[in-house]
Amino acid sequence: MKPTPDRPQSQPPIITLDSVTKRFPGVVANDSVDLEIRAGEVHVLLGENGAGKSTLIGMLSGLLQPDSGRILVDGVETPIRSPSHALSMGIGTVFQHNMLVPTLTVAENLALGGDWWRRPRIAELTVRASQIAQQLGIEINLDARVSELSLGEQQQVEIVRALLRDSRLLILDEATSMLTPKGIEELGALMRRLVDRGLAVVFITHKLGEAADFGDRVSVLKLGRKVGEIAPERLSRLDRSELVDEIVAMMFGRQAGDAAVSIPPRSGNDDALLDVRGLTVARTADAPGLEAISFRVGEGEILGVAGIDGNGQKQLAEALAGQRPVIGGSVLLAGQPLDAMDVGGRRRLGLRYLTDDRLGEGTVRTFPVSINYFLKQIGEAPLWRGGVERAGEIDRRARELTHRYDVRAASIATPIGRLSGGNIQKVLIARELADGARAVIFNKPTYGLDLANTLATRQRIRDIAGQGLAVLLISTDLEELLSMCHRIAVLSQGRIVGIVENGDGAAERVGRLMIGLAA
Amino acid sequence: MNQQATETRVGAPDAAQAATRRNELLWRVAITIGPIVASLAIAGCVLLAVGVNPLTYYAYVVDRGLLSPLGLQQTLTRMAPLLFIASGLIVAFRSGMWNLGGDGQYLLGAVAAAAIAPVFVQVMPGWLALFLSFVIATAVAIAWSIVPALLRAYQGVNEIITTLMMSFLGVSFANVLVKLVFLDPGTTVPQTRTLPVDDRLPRLFDTTVTSGLVLGLVAIIAVHLVMTRTSFGLRLRVVGANPNAAVHGGLNVPGLTLAVFAISAGLIGMGGAIDIIGVQGNVRADWNPAYGMAVIPVVFLARMNGFAAIGFVFLLSVLSIGGESAARRLGVPQHFTLVLVSIVLITLAIAEYLDHRFNEKRRA
Repeated sequence: MKPTPDRPQSQPPIITLDSVTKRFPGVVANDSVDLEIRAGEVHVLLGENGAGKSTLIGMLSGLLQPDSGRILVDGVETPIRSPSHALSMGIGTVFQHNMLVPTLTVAENLALGGDWWRRPRIAELTVRASQIAQQLGIEINLDARVSELSLGEQQQVEIVRALLRDSRLLILDEATSMLTPKGIEELGALMRRLVDRGLAVVFITHKLGEAADFGDRVSVLKLGRKVGEIAPERLSRLDRSELVDEIVAMMFGRQAGDAAVSIPPRSGNDDALLDVRGLTVARTADAPGLEAISFRVGEGEILGVAGIDGNGQKQLAEALAGQRPVIGGSVLLAGQPLDAMDVGGRRRLGLRYLTDDRLGEGTVRTFPVSINYFLKQIGEAPLWRGGVERAGEIDRRARELTHRYDVRAASIATPIGRLSGGNIQKVLIARELADGARAVIFNKPTYGLDLANTLATRQRIRDIAGQGLAVLLISTDLEELLSMCHRIAVLSQGRIVGIVENGDGAAERVGRLMIGLAA
Repeated sequence: MNQQATETRVGAPDAAQAATRRNELLWRVAITIGPIVASLAIAGCVLLAVGVNPLTYYAYVVDRGLLSPLGLQQTLTRMAPLLFIASGLIVAFRSGMWNLGGDGQYLLGAVAAAAIAPVFVQVMPGWLALFLSFVIATAVAIAWSIVPALLRAYQGVNEIITTLMMSFLGVSFANVLVKLVFLDPGTTVPQTRTLPVDDRLPRLFDTTVTSGLVLGLVAIIAVHLVMTRTSFGLRLRVVGANPNAAVHGGLNVPGLTLAVFAISAGLIGMGGAIDIIGVQGNVRADWNPAYGMAVIPVVFLARMNGFAAIGFVFLLSVLSIGGESAARRLGVPQHFTLVLVSIVLITLAIAEYLDHRFNEKRRA
């Protein structure tokens, strides 16, 4: 299955990304990413949700333009202006979500995208398509309606469609997410035949096993940065378990520039400030539920919550904050039950929730910075009196918070959407820590921040724990948890599968719990 | 990192900042007035095509709607119901709820007022009769918005469709009420009983302008202040600008949704009541001025700002009073006013797009 080590070396890269950076409002999606894509290789891009894979694909397929850095095609700097431009240069993309028209036949779908003034040459296309399919050893019924095909078959049609355009590079974005195990195996074999024909394949996945099984070269993305690459010559010498270990080390291991471990000291007081007992949330169509979550966080303690993204972290945070209905269990803050309280009541008692979705729910991006500080206190004295806004008081407090939390904004009247992610995060932190916070839930507090802001945010969390607050720190970055938590709970499919004391060997134990192995 | 370096710390505004602010204001004025001038030119071409000299038409409209004393008084009177409708729409649109059911709510309010006021004035003091009919008209309009409000608040059903459908029903229902229930037996024309001129809202000073204009101005200014200066208004604006942030911030979104629908429909119903107890005195069968639809673009032109809306409502009134006269005199259909307003809206949308592009470029 593995390629002979000599061949890929002789090939110059088809595409080179040179220090490519892409920012979105509030986040750095790709931070100086370097990548080389060569013919005859399956290049696996591995990373968790939010690691920046989709952004990278967007830039390769012409959907997005990088903010800085260069893209070289065949060694020549070439901006990829649009998806059709990408296609004309031989870059074909099969997106995660199917892009075929279900009511048309396979042949009709293949003919889409031709010149509009010309009659589609379906007969000619049919001949070429069946040739390509035959060479790849797949069978395609060109007269079938797409809606009648299985998802795996639809994907094969998309691959054939990309090859019809003489693609030299085929990008498969999360191609296995909808496939059965057998379909995944077939796709793996198909990719192998494609690279044997001299194509380059970029295979995007968040599944570690697939990377190990299918890749000739593996690049690991983490929080927008490329944190490691395993070249083919090295990869072919490793056996599967060694490979998995190495990838795990890259995904969860220490990176250059990461903060040194510094766990804030605790006074001997072990009283549970935040006490969660049997918290249960029903699963919904798009979100996992929670099953009997129980834990306690003491004064000055940082309890980390580790886990692969999408295992119920957001549901846990929202249920605690009072934003999501629960079907069982109870939450106590300093012995007082919160279950009958709404978001505002819990906040007033001192339970605060820093959301991970800064622009989606944390802020109103067209509103000024000043109002965004107080979105959770609308109507409360002294900022409002008798329901009437006191602009002077609001501005004064906003200036004070801006100064104290070092928010860099042109003015407090600037719409918050114009601020960088780091500064938006400072506004949110200021909001949650103000006026009597006792227990704070941080949901991915450093996601999408640059290094300086990441370190500052982590220090801020240590500081408030040092002041005796209880901290629940939800993060998908294990290194972050290891650098500051007293204990780390691992969340998997809506359940806490273990709570590990931070210390020697904690990384391995948590890492194994995260991927479903016993600690 | 780059972005941060260019952002400066909060500081006192200096002369350069004041200058940019002045430039921005000029740009804002240009981006508002420019499209209107352009639309006058485009609408002029339409007039030319139907064989009317646009300059004659515009001059006539301005003369009849604005310059002649009687015309100006009619224009100001027309503003009264339109201001109520505009204030109702501002509340809804700023809260991100698209109440397009204005016509039904307006007509039902009008019919309720027309049914009640002539009866009540016979049994109680005039001011009380007018006040009660005003309140009941408001309640009827609110009732007509309850179904869309509940569906939106608790089921997330798109209110654009439901309010529009309820409006069709409301307009027809109002008609049925006029023809079957509240028909005045004293006349052969199908209409409700008529409120005697002496019992209607007083006129302002020695003019024919209704005092409903003052109420309309009070309503729209009150709405503007509530939306911009109070915690309730801010809550509504948060719901409108980012419903997820409203949930995150602990706002009672369904409750606020119901309140928005009630206030919006209530204000529009008040507009209908004012039109009857101040101006018309009765509702004729098949009467539907369709003010609700005409005011929607006006509210957008004003960018949902109450004070700007007063200006644009005035403009719409000039155009519609002048346009009605011109229709009789020059043979240009009355609907041409709406054609003009629509062209203004489209050119304004284009201007908005250009403005956005311009800003992007400047920021880059």
